[in-house]
Amino acid sequence: MKPGTRSIIDVDNLTASYGENVIFRDVSFQVFKGEILVILGGSGCGKSTLLKHMFGLNRPASGRVLINGIDVSTNDENELAHLRRNIGVLFQSGALFGSMTLAENVSLPLETYTDLPLEMIERIVRMKLSLVGLAGYENYLPSELSGGMKKRAGLARAMALDPTVLFFDEPSAGLDPITSAGLDNLMKKINRGLGTTMVVVTHELDSIFSIADRVIMLDKDSKSIIATGDPRDLKESSQDPRVRNFFLRNPEGK
Amino acid sequence: MKLENPIDDCQVSCAEKDGNDLLLSISGSLSLPNLLSVKSRFQSIMSERNPGKITLDLADITYVDSAGVLSLLQLELNAARKSIPVYFVNVSAEARNIMDLIDRSTVLDKSTPVEKNELTPFEQVGEASLKVAEDFTSITIFLGDLLLALSQALLHPAGIRWKDFFFYVKRAGVDGLPIVALLSFLLGLIIAFMSSLQLKQFGANVYVASLVGFGMVRELGPILTAIIIAGRSGSAFAAEIGTMKVNEEVDALVTMGFNPTRFLALPKVLAAMLVVPILTLYSDVFGILGGLMVGVMGFDLTAFSYLQQTVKSIDIFDVVTSLVKSVLFAVLIAGIGCQRGFRVKGGAESVGLYTTSAVVAGLFLIIIADSLFAIILYYVH
Repeated sequence: MKPGTRSIIDVDNLTASYGENVIFRDVSFQVFKGEILVILGGSGCGKSTLLKHMFGLNRPASGRVLINGIDVSTNDENELAHLRRNIGVLFQSGALFGSMTLAENVSLPLETYTDLPLEMIERIVRMKLSLVGLAGYENYLPSELSGGMKKRAGLARAMALDPTVLFFDEPSAGLDPITSAGLDNLMKKINRGLGTTMVVVTHELDSIFSIADRVIMLDKDSKSIIATGDPRDLKESSQDPRVRNFFLRNPEGK
Repeated sequence: MKLENPIDDCQVSCAEKDGNDLLLSISGSLSLPNLLSVKSRFQSIMSERNPGKITLDLADITYVDSAGVLSLLQLELNAARKSIPVYFVNVSAEARNIMDLIDRSTVLDKSTPVEKNELTPFEQVGEASLKVAEDFTSITIFLGDLLLALSQALLHPAGIRWKDFFFYVKRAGVDGLPIVALLSFLLGLIIAFMSSLQLKQFGANVYVASLVGFGMVRELGPILTAIIIAGRSGSAFAAEIGTMKVNEEVDALVTMGFNPTRFLALPKVLAAMLVVPILTLYSDVFGILGGLMVGVMGFDLTAFSYLQQTVKSIDIFDVVTSLVKSVLFAVLIAGIGCQRGFRVKGGAESVGLYTTSAVVAGLFLIIIADSLFAIILYYVH
């Protein structure tokens, strides 16, 4: 499915701070339905902070984030339930519950949020696991899996309720190049197949070029977005030395 | 809170088309929140109409997700079992993409059976014995390691991590003083009350002081302190080392050439050996103060006569043995706390398990050691 032009997430003059320390100021952008948007930037520029604000884990100092028109820091129980049903998050190391099998991990949201009979839930769980290439691993514990498998299982859990938006926090961190490329392909397959919008934080250049429809680049010093667009265009024709340095792997100042 | 679809629900309308060919038109949102109603609608149609052929018209679907497609595939499979062919018409690009994504064979297969390995009682006994033996071995190894570290520390005191030592002296000792003091005071108060009920009958109120003093110094002071330290610090040691184990910090120490027992356990054990006897003395004092308060306010004893009676009843030998005992308790509590911490494997659950185990095993060892002491002292005295 081609990315549409209807925005699904609106970030509106978002300012984030930890105490007095402002991470970024007045950041505004949109995520369009069906696209893969990559947030990039050097370490400490607030990529992960921005992501946490986008799915409502952190509260903004000012400004707001709307997903499908719902403010993510709303206090309305009904709105929050809709919001949560519509988003899934893959954390950096999978964040699977260590005491539960993969099937239990994936079925947890299904059992909590739906009235479906167990047999149906089991089927959905099996479908999700086979979608991420883990068919047959239903009864494994997370501790019995490799890093890449844990991430894929985390993705299956994030997709349990068929969310319209998926967030990824450094999906390729700690993976070997082949596993990492496999995960990229999986993300693309799910994005094209299910039409799920994806917001990804990463700084792996290979990943960025293979998955991103669009990138936004944050900068630590200016505390704002310094570039938006197709990564290939940015690499070729950006006038900003900070952006070029990032794509050419140039240490700063050289 | 259960899911409900904000947009619209899913309708399945049904029309006969020449004979028993069935045309099902699905409209609306074929997605997870509507799955249950769609599924039961399919089932009732299948059983009521008993069609010869099903055509599914998907033209009016506004939204479809993978769970929705799954329900369609399941209908297809159920129909196939009754040899009814199913045809999909007007399939949107979205639905087609999702159908391609789902691997039918793995989804619709029977579920992978859970491997159950239930043990026979015989095997359970064996398993438990092996576990006890393994536990014993690991404690013995750790104890040897710890004694070695202790003796090395005595020979080279500069090698001890003094900064850590003082940190744990503060954590386990200074920070633990208020709760030890409060509980000992209340315990002294309770003993004084309880014993006075009996002693009053004989007009022997002054012996309340002897009972409280003797009881606190000989048994209750060391035991109470040890129990509080086991709960406060034994558990903390286990959780701390356990979390370090999970984070591979212990492995990092080993690769950098540190002995984890000496690096992590020794400062904790030494700190406990210093603070537990001191806290025990405090506990004795506060227990006696609790008794004093009851004696002075409740039974018209003067503070002087109460204290005189207390001093008379306590032997210096009792004080020394109780301190020796509390040093042993300290080694047991801190040692078992650290040992359990080192045994943590896996994740958060394991940390919880071994923290609990540190406290339970600590309490158990305290009581065993105390009983042994009581027997030995009986013969020594």
